[in-house]
Amino acid sequence: VRDLTYQRPTSLDEAVRLAGVGGTALLAGGQTLLPALRRRQRSAVGLVDLGAVLPRDIGARAGGVRIGAGATHAAIAASELVGTVLPALAALARHVGDPAVRHRGTLGGALAAHEPSGDYPAACLALDTTIHTTERDIPAPDFFTGHRRTALGAGEIITGATFPLEPRAAYLKLLDPASRYALVGVFVALTDAGPRVAVTGARRTGAARWPGAERRLREDPTGERLHGLALPLDDLVEDRAGDAAYRAHLAGVLARRATVVARGPAPGAVAIVHGAPQPPHPRDRAWTGPA
Amino acid sequence: MPDVTMTVNDQPVHRVVEGRTLLVEFLREHLRLTGTHLGCDTAQCGACVVHLDGEAVKSCTVLALQCDGAEVTTIEGLAEQGGPSGLHPMQAAFREHHGLQCGFCTPGMVMMGTDIARRLGEPDAATIREELKGNLCRCTGYHNIVKAIAAGASAMADEERDRSGA
Repeated sequence: VRDLTYQRPTSLDEAVRLAGVGGTALLAGGQTLLPALRRRQRSAVGLVDLGAVLPRDIGARAGGVRIGAGATHAAIAASELVGTVLPALAALARHVGDPAVRHRGTLGGALAAHEPSGDYPAACLALDTTIHTTERDIPAPDFFTGHRRTALGAGEIITGATFPLEPRAAYLKLLDPASRYALVGVFVALTDAGPRVAVTGARRTGAARWPGAERRLREDPTGERLHGLALPLDDLVEDRAGDAAYRAHLAGVLARRATVVARGPAPGAVAIVHGAPQPPHPRDRAWTGPA
Repeated sequence: MPDVTMTVNDQPVHRVVEGRTLLVEFLREHLRLTGTHLGCDTAQCGACVVHLDGEAVKSCTVLALQCDGAEVTTIEGLAEQGGPSGLHPMQAAFREHHGLQCGFCTPGMVMMGTDIARRLGEPDAATIREELKGNLCRCTGYHNIVKAIAAGASAMADEERDRSGA
């Protein structure tokens, strides 16, 4: 990494002004940005550290929970409010990265990074989350615009996100055995308006809704009709851990299992499976087992 | 160049650094605290885990300047808080259970082990394995590391009970 200037603004206004300068990267928890700079996947001449200015509070809103962009994954996982009304999101946060990453990494940073295997984008699409910035409110489908791309403009900073209450939801991911990122992850939310399914780790362009799975769930809410369903093969990620056909099939399996968990006595439980189902974390709700 | 002030192992330190200086570089090269190891330098291996304001972090993925005003504990500082053997209970458990072979990952394992014990008390072996997702060991197959962390967590809980009972 070439040397770079480091600035730590003390107000959001100052941060917006500094963020608008060309060649500047915004630093939240740094758990995606700093390794990307080290690997020379990204470059920057200056960093603006948002650590002192991003809201970190987690609070109830009408029909939802608003989480500040500076809230860490560990804080979201430990939040009693999130654990009660959005157990799937709390469980998702509890399985992002590893404990050290969860102590530093933030919601805002994860949304802005839009990593192709990121967990939150799938949750945001399935839950119909609204992302708040210093300029506007952006619905999740308009926010995630492509591979590591978002609708954020220069000098625009995420301040938080509001997640509608969906207690009947679940997120399941199979971990890449080497990187431990999601090989494929599927978030299922059984809302009053109908089932919503979003997939991460599969499409080259990032997380996306899966209308085919939603249609089958409308026909049969038990998820039995998801048997044998696979993602359309076009535009899927292929790497050493799995080709397109494998990922397409895996998405169907995970969607069906997530539906079972979402409909079960402990919706929200996250099963992390790599090779074999993993035992529950002590703070996860009761493990219901694979379907 | 910018300067940074923080507390490392209970000692106040003040140094001039570069914007790009990582916490692990600051500890190893500026302070010569070489107990913290640099393995992958991209947040995967966990050899560089230290405690920042009481929480385990990967010091290769934090800038030194982000730690202005913070308290940092490294493997060297953990030993200073040790008992009669001069070792922290988690370090003593790693020796007792032979939780290492080459030792490269050990500082990170011990710092993560104490963090696991602080957060979860006395977790079972399966939980310890899950919590070690971000700490890689290429020698041992983890069996003795998991045993050592379980034993170290029990010893820390015993110490805590002694303290609160006294």
